[in-house]
Amino acid sequence: MRLGPDDDPDRLYTVTGGRSRAADDLNLDLVTLIVSECDPAPGMQSEHVRILSMCRHPMAVVEVSAELRMPVSVVRILLSDLLDSGKVTARHPRPVTAAHLPDTDLLKEVLDALHRL
Amino acid sequence: MHSTASDGGPGAAPAPDAHADPSRTPLRDTADNGLKIVIVGGFGVGKTTMVRSVSEIRPLSTEETMTRAGVGVDDPSGVEAKSTTTVAFDFGRISINDSTVLYLFGAPGQERFWFLWDRLFAGTLGAVVLVDTRRLDDSWYAIDRLEAHGMPFIVAVNDFGGPQHTLEQVREALDLSPEIPLVACDARDRKSSKSVLISLAHHLYSLSAPHETVKAAP
Repeated sequence: MRLGPDDDPDRLYTVTGGRSRAADDLNLDLVTLIVSECDPAPGMQSEHVRILSMCRHPMAVVEVSAELRMPVSVVRILLSDLLDSGKVTARHPRPVTAAHLPDTDLLKEVLDALHRL
Repeated sequence: MHSTASDGGPGAAPAPDAHADPSRTPLRDTADNGLKIVIVGGFGVGKTTMVRSVSEIRPLSTEETMTRAGVGVDDPSGVEAKSTTTVAFDFGRISINDSTVLYLFGAPGQERFWFLWDRLFAGTLGAVVLVDTRRLDDSWYAIDRLEAHGMPFIVAVNDFGGPQHTLEQVREALDLSPEIPLVACDARDRKSSKSVLISLAHHLYSLSAPHETVKAAP
């Protein structure tokens, strides 16, 4: 992604209200799935409106970032606002074990799906 | 300092505008668990090509920006030296079942990228190191870092039609441990890229269930 004409750093500063980090931003993984819990309403920040429209079906944080053409760190801040106000919910990835290894049932599902590709 | 790491190579087509794609397929409403696999490698090695070969959506790209305090943070003058690094990466996706969706990330393997690894790719199932035999030294750093992170991985040699090397020669040149799977592939080919991912999944399976076996690919 290259920053578009309306994505200059000043604008990214503005859409996040100048914050560079949200308290819970580390809880939003790239593949955390975001789901809208309400429709956009008049007066909402335009990025929030777009996120609520996009996430009518589950959408990963990284997809929201690509669609908005904004860095993941900026999108995490936008999403944490919407999460705080209950306008979206987050479906977090199930953690893999400490040894980095997923359970074998899940791997079997992955293998089956890959074979079907 | 501002640096950008991206994959594409000279002559790569410009990224199509995501907004111009009305056909992007939404996930099922029951989707609730995202998995990650990372394809890592040097510049122009074919990471995006591999993602494209197997993804159910046209690959998308985005970037992460991170500012880190430089040397001299404790400087009593209070002046912090900071550097901002932007890492661009591509991704695609494969739906596994009603609840699980696998995201494939193509990520640059250059040294300056790795401080973002924990933030971006923590919880990743495993990685594919994609290798161009003409530029093997691009892979050493990535292999080294994956080992340091304890991240399971396999190595896939992308065929660029150059001089042929046997996998044994590549294994030796990369100083790769015998337990790390090494496969040859053509990243442009769906079947070939699919079999790379299957090799990784088998490897993960053998690590997770050392006493079980799983049927080999047909």
